[in-house]
Amino acid sequence: MEARDQEFLEYVQSGGQVETSDWMPDDYRAKLVKFIEMHGNSELMGVLPEREWILRAPTLQRKLALTAKVQDEVGHSQLIYRVVEDLGKPREQCLEDLISGKAKFHNVFHYPTKTWGDVGVIAWLVDAAAIISQKALLKCSYAPYARIMKKICWEESFHILHGRDVILTMMNGADAQRELVQEALDRWWGPLMQFHGNPIAKEEDPMFIWRIKSQGNGEARQQFLDGYVPQIWELGLTVPDPNLRKNDDGVWEFSEPDWDELKHVVTGHGPMTEERLGLRRTTRDETEWVRRAVLAQAA
Amino acid sequence: MSERAQLLLPIADDELILGWRNSEWTGIAPFLEEDVAFSSIAQNEIGHARALYQLVADELGTTADELAFDRKPEEYRCSHFVELRLVPDWAKTIARHCLYEDADERRIKELMESDDAEVAGLAAKIDREEAYHRMHAKMWFDRLQDEPRFQEALEELRPLVDHREEHVPEFEQLWSEMTEVRRSVAGATW
Amino acid sequence: MIYEVFRQERKGQPFTHAGSVEAPNDEYADSYAREQFGRRGESVALWVVARSAVHEIDEFVDELEKNYHRVDGYPLKEKLKEARERAGTAAPADR
Repeated sequence: MEARDQEFLEYVQSGGQVETSDWMPDDYRAKLVKFIEMHGNSELMGVLPEREWILRAPTLQRKLALTAKVQDEVGHSQLIYRVVEDLGKPREQCLEDLISGKAKFHNVFHYPTKTWGDVGVIAWLVDAAAIISQKALLKCSYAPYARIMKKICWEESFHILHGRDVILTMMNGADAQRELVQEALDRWWGPLMQFHGNPIAKEEDPMFIWRIKSQGNGEARQQFLDGYVPQIWELGLTVPDPNLRKNDDGVWEFSEPDWDELKHVVTGHGPMTEERLGLRRTTRDETEWVRRAVLAQAA
Repeated sequence: MSERAQLLLPIADDELILGWRNSEWTGIAPFLEEDVAFSSIAQNEIGHARALYQLVADELGTTADELAFDRKPEEYRCSHFVELRLVPDWAKTIARHCLYEDADERRIKELMESDDAEVAGLAAKIDREEAYHRMHAKMWFDRLQDEPRFQEALEELRPLVDHREEHVPEFEQLWSEMTEVRRSVAGATW
Repeated sequence: MIYEVFRQERKGQPFTHAGSVEAPNDEYADSYAREQFGRRGESVALWVVARSAVHEIDEFVDELEKNYHRVDGYPLKEKLKEARERAGTAAPADR
């Protein structure tokens, strides 16, 4: 590694913060853009599965809370793409790469939402898994990104409350409602366990080396299990993994997640990938004239 | 049903259905900043509907949710104009937004003059929120007024504003979608 | 155009940078800033400024050691000890 790169590495590893106009190694910049872009893509794609349920919310309060949640996610993607744009990649280019399949987004947003049970499970557990990663990003070496994570984490905390409320109401309701929750949990458990990524050692993870991430994948997964499995079990729900247990060291053991499925899905082969990217493509094409009329730079 | 209920239900229904239609843009609006702003407008409309339903519900001994969801399609009193599914046509969406805000402003100002203190009070609150909707509509009107498709959309939609005779064919589908989860487990709390 | 948005959380607090929005003019920028940074009642006030109007300064010159601007430019301990001894008010630890 060149001397200047080495100096930068030592700087970020000892807690140094980087601003937009600072010099940064090409590799750092490239990895940073890719990572942050994927986050923006995920927020934007995460909107689509939940959007379908905005239109079917069973009470006015749920309608408002769920619309506000999805709105937050759009807002997050706005904040995130602005950071990427200030690093040199325009928003339109990010959207183009997303729609063409060139850029990735998180596994969980490639799956269908089949019932109102999914709405609860997503807001409670998928958002919980996300918030664990997001809290770790508060310490990202790239300061503009770390700063927006504060607002993102604050808003996500409302989402988890909403999720808990939806789930608890159903669990205290009719048998048919409890069944909806259990059935949704059974379907979402696999993707949830894959969410934090392969158990690559953090010392070998470039994201950790550059202090873009401050936490290893395995660590994040353990935090998720520690925080949320007790919450699941205390409601009388079961987790579809017979090997799931906390051993005497306080470490959670579980069946090995399906890493092939994860790879297959994030490379664009999830059950809903094509349909959702198709929807993005269509609505983007239909509203191209609006962006031209409003955002095109004045001469 | 009282005069007050008869007066407020069509307004509540308009706000509910328009809010519901406008929320169809959440996540797929022309660009992100507008997506966030327009979603707030849709949420506010639903909030107005809820407050109006609550006034009527107190009188009828029911709840806002029951009025919003549990009537049969033919019992809703909304204007035909708010029922139209306009996604992904932004020109028509904004044209409707402008026409609606205009008509609604007159209606709200009248309610603010009501002898009924509760109605007048609620109307004043709604009006303060609607002030921002009107600013937003004007902002878009100024920007799009030279676009032929926007002018055409205004021309097409203007005659429909007060059309309340029957529902458009797609209203039944909208009602079906709106009430799907609620009807799936009878009498459940969600 | 990019607009920078600064927000004030409560009266008395400073305005801090909250983020930025893309908008064609001031009117749109205000609408978007209001929604992005105020819809949850998290701000009591916002400043919305075109990025082109913001000038960044990130280099400061201090070549000739201006220690009179820093705390270490004022070595008081020894002088205070001497003054107390002269006045006979020195504390036991000072002697």
